[in-house]
Amino acid sequence: MTETGYNFAYLDEATKRMIRRAILKAVAIPGHQVPFGGREMPLPYGWGTGGIQVTASLIGRDDVLKVIDQGADDTTNAVSIRRFFARVAGVATTERTAAATIIQTRHRIPETPLREGQILVYQVPMPEPLFRLEPRVAETRRLHALADYGLMQVKLYEDIARLGHVGLSYNYPVMVNHRYLMSPSPIPAFDNPKMHRMPALQVFGAGREKRIYAVPPYTAVHSLDFEDHPFRPIRADARCALCGSDASYLDEVVTDDAGGRLFVCSDTDYCGERQARQRRGEAA
Amino acid sequence: MNGPILAARDLHLAFGGLRALDGVSLDLWPGEVVAIVGESGSGKSTLLRVLAGQLRPQSGQVTYRDAEGVAHAVQSLSDAALRRLSRAEWGFVHQSPRDGLRLGVSAGGNIGERLMALGARHYGRLRETAEAWLRRVEIDPGRLDDLPRAFSGGMQQRLQIARALVTGPRLVFMDEPTGGLDVSVQARLLDLIRALVAELDLAVLLVTHDIAAARLLAHRILVMRRGRVVEAGLADRVLDDPQHEYTQLLVSSVIAA
Repeated sequence: MTETGYNFAYLDEATKRMIRRAILKAVAIPGHQVPFGGREMPLPYGWGTGGIQVTASLIGRDDVLKVIDQGADDTTNAVSIRRFFARVAGVATTERTAAATIIQTRHRIPETPLREGQILVYQVPMPEPLFRLEPRVAETRRLHALADYGLMQVKLYEDIARLGHVGLSYNYPVMVNHRYLMSPSPIPAFDNPKMHRMPALQVFGAGREKRIYAVPPYTAVHSLDFEDHPFRPIRADARCALCGSDASYLDEVVTDDAGGRLFVCSDTDYCGERQARQRRGEAA
Repeated sequence: MNGPILAARDLHLAFGGLRALDGVSLDLWPGEVVAIVGESGSGKSTLLRVLAGQLRPQSGQVTYRDAEGVAHAVQSLSDAALRRLSRAEWGFVHQSPRDGLRLGVSAGGNIGERLMALGARHYGRLRETAEAWLRRVEIDPGRLDDLPRAFSGGMQQRLQIARALVTGPRLVFMDEPTGGLDVSVQARLLDLIRALVAELDLAVLLVTHDIAAARLLAHRILVMRRGRVVEAGLADRVLDDPQHEYTQLLVSSVIAA
């Protein structure tokens, strides 16, 4: 079912080379945003145009692709991007985290720990972590250049002064390699610790803003905090209704209009494998 | 460590045909308060901005001697070095609190920002420091979490001073700190600045058009006109026995109550 008339993985080779150069530069300077000449992709901005261009530049014929959207393999965004690459690159796709070599993700890091050789590609709506605090783009670049991140710390201070805790549950800013402040894309703060010294390469693509940044394997990634108000990953205090996990990140599902609700794993692959293992256990 | 903390030699800066600085030199010694007075447009604010490294002179030299006694040529410092100096060793008090404060950030956050930029990461201690500084500038510590928007003009100005002094700078630039305040508030603010300057042994460059404020605060006075320093000397000498005709005009035009 591979389409003819397209170059392998949709983008032309010159574009892929330009994007690969940006990725190499991003890997060389962990957490630094590298501009690239973003192309129009056959999907709207906000649907993963940055991630899809990074994936298209990285993917080879032997790669196995997994795409997740909010942790799920079966939502519109994930299904259509996976099918897109199956058609224009003819690569194998999978829903299993362990079997994939490239995982494109929107808003989650898989629960199954990633290993060396895998690449995690994030879709990023807004790459600039300071954009709500400093409206001038030129000034944010100067702040990055001078590693002047007092402003972000002031924001955390204000949150604690007003709310008693940091009021960020997703897109929680991190310091990469003790140097650059980075937006981890809107993943839950719960996933932040997984970025720290991850064996897999992490590449972030922002299509609308035309920026690429990266965290190479085994790079230090620290969530900003105060010594007496340490960073706490937030998780719903419940077990998954399907697989019983008390360690995974949970989605809250409203089941009726009488206040009924249940919590299920947001990572469908992780949940499904746990359920399969439990069924095998019962059968044995 | 001997020698002036800040020395400027033969500064020139013209905006088109307008000579904002025309051969200005000055020395500022540790612990000394020097006032720069002159009418609007005489170049005094431009001089302050050049000395603080915010503007580059067309010719001339500004030398700052840091806490270790190392001399820096201010006009050729890199952005990073200048930022480090202005964060760690300098303070700047603006005429309008809007320029010196973050109005959308609480008083505590405003005072803590410079500390956090220098690496302070302990929330409790930051608050203690901010509270102590509020007390020092005579603001009720109970207003730690209030926004500066809710403060009066005088309080905003005192908060700005606390924010500038919290990191223990050696050199403070003040640009008309009492401008736009009513007389009684001005008097209190001048009192406060005088006490803090003495207590912390600060070197201060004060730009003002208020001769009375200069007399109260300054050890020495420089009188500027059309980009030139027309007279300089001890504050009392300049004000009691003005030599230059322009200084005589300035001193005689002070309205006595």
